[in-house]
Amino acid sequence: MTSKTTALPPGSFFDQQGKYKGILGWLTSTDHKRIGIMYLMCILVFFLVGVTLGGIMKLELLRPGAQYMDAQTYNGMFTVHGIIMIFMVVIPGLSAVFGNFFLPIMIGAKDVAFPRLNLFSWYLFLLGSTIAVLSQFGGNGPDTGWTFYAPYAINSKTNVSTAVLAAFVLGFSSILTGLNFIVTVHRMRAKGMTWFKMPLFPWSLYATAWIQVLATPIVGITLLMVIAERTLRIGFFDPSLGGDPILYQHLFWIYSHPAVYIMILPAMGAVTEIIPTFCQRKVFGYQAIVLSSLAIAGVGYLVWGHHMFTSGMSDFSRMAFSFLTFIVAIPSAIKVFNWIATMYKGSILIKTPFLYTISFIFQFMIGGLTGLTLGALATDIHVHDTYYVVAHFHYIVFGGMGFAFFAAIHYWFPKMFGRMYDEKLGTVAWAIVFSGFTLLYFPMFILGLRGMPRRYFDYLPEYSSGHFISSIGAFVLIIGIILMVYNLVKAARTGELAPANPWNGRTLEWKVASPPPLENFDHDVEVTEHPYDYE
Amino acid sequence: MQHGKTHITSYRTHGIILVLLLFLTTITITVTWLDVGRLSVGVAMFVACIKASLVLLYFMHLKFDELIFKIFAGMVILLLAIVFVITFFDYLFR
Amino acid sequence: MEQNHSTTHEHRDDTGSKLGMWIFIFTELLLFGGLFLVYAVFRAKYFEDFHIAAHQLNVFIGAVNTLLLLISSMTIAMSITAIQKNHKKFALLLLSITFFLAFIFLVNKYFEWGLKIHHHLYPGSDLVLTLTHGEIMFFGLYFFMTGLHAIHIIVGMTLIGYVMVQVKNDRINSGNFQHLENAGLYWHLVDLIWIFLFPLLYLIT
Repeated sequence: MTSKTTALPPGSFFDQQGKYKGILGWLTSTDHKRIGIMYLMCILVFFLVGVTLGGIMKLELLRPGAQYMDAQTYNGMFTVHGIIMIFMVVIPGLSAVFGNFFLPIMIGAKDVAFPRLNLFSWYLFLLGSTIAVLSQFGGNGPDTGWTFYAPYAINSKTNVSTAVLAAFVLGFSSILTGLNFIVTVHRMRAKGMTWFKMPLFPWSLYATAWIQVLATPIVGITLLMVIAERTLRIGFFDPSLGGDPILYQHLFWIYSHPAVYIMILPAMGAVTEIIPTFCQRKVFGYQAIVLSSLAIAGVGYLVWGHHMFTSGMSDFSRMAFSFLTFIVAIPSAIKVFNWIATMYKGSILIKTPFLYTISFIFQFMIGGLTGLTLGALATDIHVHDTYYVVAHFHYIVFGGMGFAFFAAIHYWFPKMFGRMYDEKLGTVAWAIVFSGFTLLYFPMFILGLRGMPRRYFDYLPEYSSGHFISSIGAFVLIIGIILMVYNLVKAARTGELAPANPWNGRTLEWKVASPPPLENFDHDVEVTEHPYDYE
Repeated sequence: MQHGKTHITSYRTHGIILVLLLFLTTITITVTWLDVGRLSVGVAMFVACIKASLVLLYFMHLKFDELIFKIFAGMVILLLAIVFVITFFDYLFR
Repeated sequence: MEQNHSTTHEHRDDTGSKLGMWIFIFTELLLFGGLFLVYAVFRAKYFEDFHIAAHQLNVFIGAVNTLLLLISSMTIAMSITAIQKNHKKFALLLLSITFFLAFIFLVNKYFEWGLKIHHHLYPGSDLVLTLTHGEIMFFGLYFFMTGLHAIHIIVGMTLIGYVMVQVKNDRINSGNFQHLENAGLYWHLVDLIWIFLFPLLYLIT
């Protein structure tokens, strides 16, 4: 630890710009890099809140019986945890933070297509998050779970309408980000960067953006209907007025299943950037990765019914959805094969980003394969609404998207902040996070198979050892996360200055200074080679 | 791209399209009065689709736009259709 | 693109702007698409009830509103032609007509809704709650769909007002009319949705 830190070189986007100074200069900036950093700050705060809530739940579940809270508080707790983590952390997650920061740089553009709209999206995100926080902590927080299932969400006396409104506003923000990215990719690519010379992270963002644009409106209208139903007694989803609760589930999952791909596709994209760099190998099967991203986006839109196998949907429909669910596993598997094949015979540099990346692949495979258990009709009946689902879901969303986020933040940190983090501390934090994660979520598979239902604040004594191990894992995980965040925050303030290309990467972001200058490039970029021409 | 040669739709074309749209509206209303039973839904939707295509192609200039706009619009309409069909897998076979 | 690169900072991309507007229109189409899906499901379930309930709607007002929207769609489309041909005055006239027709549409809607509410035919009223499930659903959908559509009319009118000012200040001219085109696209979307709403709500008796 040096006693005196060297200042960042001048000319970066951190320098004062525009007519306002300090925090106002950030809040009025339309620079995509500043907006990316602002998203990062918000998401970090929300993530830590969500982690805390999760930790409190695991504390409650440490032993059977009521420990620190009653059942209603617990219901509120998992609802808040879900809403914050889903709508405010993982859905904007990679695409809003790294997408904003790196999409324009990686395609050789000065900014996104609509910079002011981009800032507006961030404000919408902030507004939606504020409404969400108010609905939770302004007393009488909702207890419906993040899915707002009708008819309970219609009749619940809690603040469901406010929470639903928050989700609507957050969805709108997500739509505008997606719109911006699509136009950016279409119109702003540097000279010579043809579609198939575009790096794979922008490709995954492009596929994601289409889902954001085409799926989010469906949940938008559904949430508006829930609000109308609660205020005007229309009865779309309320059986006592002739409505259909299963229709609510259809509409909700038409969005919320593709939302899983909004989370995971950019994660896959980030991982696809890290692996070639840390193996110094040309990415294996570039076109297959591109096409699998598009295929995941396309087919992933049509599998929503696999959340509803026990809802009373028609048999034909269940078979169709089960079939489509198995189809969507194919492009996901193609990606895994390509990652592994890229590593083959590479000169692998095992550093923090790469450690997170390989644990991403490991956990994503566990999550994906257990997803097939859930996608098959017969086995789903047995494990539906048990901890098996909770474990599967967290393996995909946290073990997948979360770990990819950690990998990406370590990979791009030197570029974003112009400083290096402590590699040793980063590795130690990874080891703690990884073991905590496994201890926390793996026992849940076993608990679920043995019949432990989800969303219960108490359990029978035979489940106590599983819950005990899981809770211990949660505490280990939290320690690891704190250590990781500490390492990064410290590095952002006092870390050693980073070179422009610390990992010897080939994509365009490594060809500009760290941190990048205001308009990214001081000359017009012209691309001639493929993005991953190692060797 | 192809600046300078943007297509100008004449006033006359707009007028013709409006006449067509009004004519189709009259057809829908008449069919309702004729009372052809369940068939009337089909006719009404068919006519509405023709009207929508006229608006999309001429008023919204899709006919004269670059290919990519046509592809996207077609893709979105196709997606909506697929979502309807898949949802009705449930309601038709329940 | 190349021709536009002479000024580096005031770089304008009309195609990009149009693409953005189209994508926004797609989101609107899916927003209403979800609503039409709900309509379709309940129409299939309560076929008879919908027929009976639809008798309460006034086909004449519905038809007049259809007429208004179709004409306004043409006038705004023509205003683009007028701007391209440098007929600024004519363009302004056409835009004013569009705005006026939209306003009349809302006035009609106001009276239509007012009459329904006067007859206690609004969601959650004591009268409606005594009706069959299908009829409750029909009136719920009627108010929700036309209400959401009316909000879009208001947004559209705001956009038309905005482009009128821009035309007046010559910021929209024959060399730069993308904002007008985008406002037009939005207005056609409003028309497009009404093309389906009208037969589905008014013409099913």
